[in-house]
Amino acid sequence: MSILVNRNTRVLVQGITGREGSFHARQCREYGTQIVAGVTPGKAGTTHEGTPVFGSVAAAVEATGANASLIFVPPPFAADAIMEAADAGVPLIVCITEGIPTLDMTRAWEFLRHTGSRLIGPNCPGIITPGEAKLGIMPGSIHKPGPVGIVSRSGTLTYEAVHQLTQLGLGQSTAIGIGGDPIIGTTHRDAFELFQADPATEAIVMIGEIGGTAEEEAADYIRQHVRKPVIGFIAGQTAPPGRRMGHAGAIISGGTGGAAGKMAALDSAGVHVCRSPAEIGASVAQVLGVSTR
Amino acid sequence: MNIHEYQAKQLLRDFGVPLPRGRVTDQPVEAAQIAAELGKPVVVKAQIHAGGRGQGGGVKLASTPAEAEQWASKILGMTLVTRQTGPEGRLVRRVLVEETLPIERELYMAIAVDRAAGQPVVIAAASGGMEIEEIAARDPQALRREAFDPDRGLLAFQARRMVEGLKLPAPASISAVGLLMALAKAFVALDAALLEINPLALLSDNRLAALDAKVRLDDNALFRHPDLKLLRDLNEESPLEVEASRHNLNYIKLDGNVGCMVNGAGLAMATMDIIQYAGGRPANFLDVGGGASRDQVRSAFEILVRDPSVRAILINIFGGILRCDTLADGVVEAARITGLKLPLVIRMEGTNVERGREILRNSGLPITVAEGLRDAAEKAVAAART
Repeated sequence: MSILVNRNTRVLVQGITGREGSFHARQCREYGTQIVAGVTPGKAGTTHEGTPVFGSVAAAVEATGANASLIFVPPPFAADAIMEAADAGVPLIVCITEGIPTLDMTRAWEFLRHTGSRLIGPNCPGIITPGEAKLGIMPGSIHKPGPVGIVSRSGTLTYEAVHQLTQLGLGQSTAIGIGGDPIIGTTHRDAFELFQADPATEAIVMIGEIGGTAEEEAADYIRQHVRKPVIGFIAGQTAPPGRRMGHAGAIISGGTGGAAGKMAALDSAGVHVCRSPAEIGASVAQVLGVSTR
Repeated sequence: MNIHEYQAKQLLRDFGVPLPRGRVTDQPVEAAQIAAELGKPVVVKAQIHAGGRGQGGGVKLASTPAEAEQWASKILGMTLVTRQTGPEGRLVRRVLVEETLPIERELYMAIAVDRAAGQPVVIAAASGGMEIEEIAARDPQALRREAFDPDRGLLAFQARRMVEGLKLPAPASISAVGLLMALAKAFVALDAALLEINPLALLSDNRLAALDAKVRLDDNALFRHPDLKLLRDLNEESPLEVEASRHNLNYIKLDGNVGCMVNGAGLAMATMDIIQYAGGRPANFLDVGGGASRDQVRSAFEILVRDPSVRAILINIFGGILRCDTLADGVVEAARITGLKLPLVIRMEGTNVERGREILRNSGLPITVAEGLRDAAEKAVAAART
């Protein structure tokens, strides 16, 4: 078991003919992911490296039964791509694109609320269920199937955590990078809900960052609903206080987004908080009672 | 992207935001002219991208044109240190000269995107000024807030609902409703990330005036605002940061001596954390991004070696999109060009790591290859000490 994606997931790639989309679609297919369609407006009827290309998401879904979309569309058009996928009824949308204007995302977010689609990202590495399916840009080779669920705001720091686990012989059920933008589809809290319900996940690693209040919200959820061990790390503990301008950000979120507050919130929710990023893997091993080599 | 107060006010004027009369200048003589034109006491305000200017001595009242000129000549060219500039301060190149107004009370209005609501949210408070955050923490009820759909804008009834809490006399209430709607419109039209009027003044004749204005624009949306892009003031950014942004690198200068180059913001912050854990201090934050090219890696390296406080360099790359062999090529090339004199510790993992390590080994350069995060940090910190 796993969450959200597995070997049966049928993936369409929006922006498959672009440089990034083309490269990563190939990597995902080589990992074993079923890439069933590509979408590039104006290129309907062509094929790209053996994958049929459609002019719209709706046409791709109708022809191939795709049930997930992976988006590599450039920032000015990415919010539209997300909404197109939701409109076509794609249940899972993973948006890798970095640099989408925030107001475009507020529109996409509002649009998604009225559909049944789940968005992961944007500005994220994607999601992987090791050994089954990879919808994203993470290096597949560092992963290994196993019992640890991972949710993270960061890209490469997620790879770091996965690498430490795999080195210790601890595999992963599913790893999700939720992205670091102000407006994202799936939050830490949402991921905890999914991992808690997944029988194959025995422990959950959560990687947060300074800024915002998502980690504090996750801590509340963990306290009330999560019965599996959680290991947490917050990046930016030693970042100097930013030269922020104005007061509105802090007033709106009701917090300063500092690492100390986030670590305290997680700690009080029973999370095993690592202070050093080099200890994430070892902490999981210890919590699961696994002896390490 | 941050812009100056005078630029923010010029933009907001087009949306009908009431502002004090005045102009910006870089000449003391012109400051006197502006004061003479206004025909009343003025305020001379230093224009830098930082708050707390008044406490730092960058905001002065002048009752005559001659006094305005004196203050302008004092403020222009001064290095203004405030709680937001850091100890090095900022050189003042322009002053805004504005009429003074009879202030009855100071209020607060701002707009930013609320992550939790997924929408922009307007906030307003019956009292403003520097203590607004303390007020917000002590008495959350004192703040009115309304989220709005960017395409519909802030609706009139929402604005009225907010204004009810501001305890304004009737004529001012009507203008406040219009002002809130205008600010919401400006926020969306400019693709702003932050818009703040603090203080907003209620004047003795019941008019309102935005005495200060802060606007931060969404960097990701600048591609569709070529006019706003021109408002960037490179003087407000450190030269190395400007150089970095030219190569699409995210660089922030810090006060330590271990220069770092990392891919990804989260891993970059974690690397700074572990350097301090190992007893050292990072000289910078430098994120080369998930998919850096060989040229970007070389530029990043050149930026690091140009910082005189750097005593050792730590490169920590987890190769995903950025492959380790690409990284190694870029580093070797840059080290040769710059004539590497500093200890260099490299830790890399991920895509093509073996090929990358081989390139480093065969380079003949004095590079220390580290195993894992902790080892890398400890080696770099030790090297910076010697």
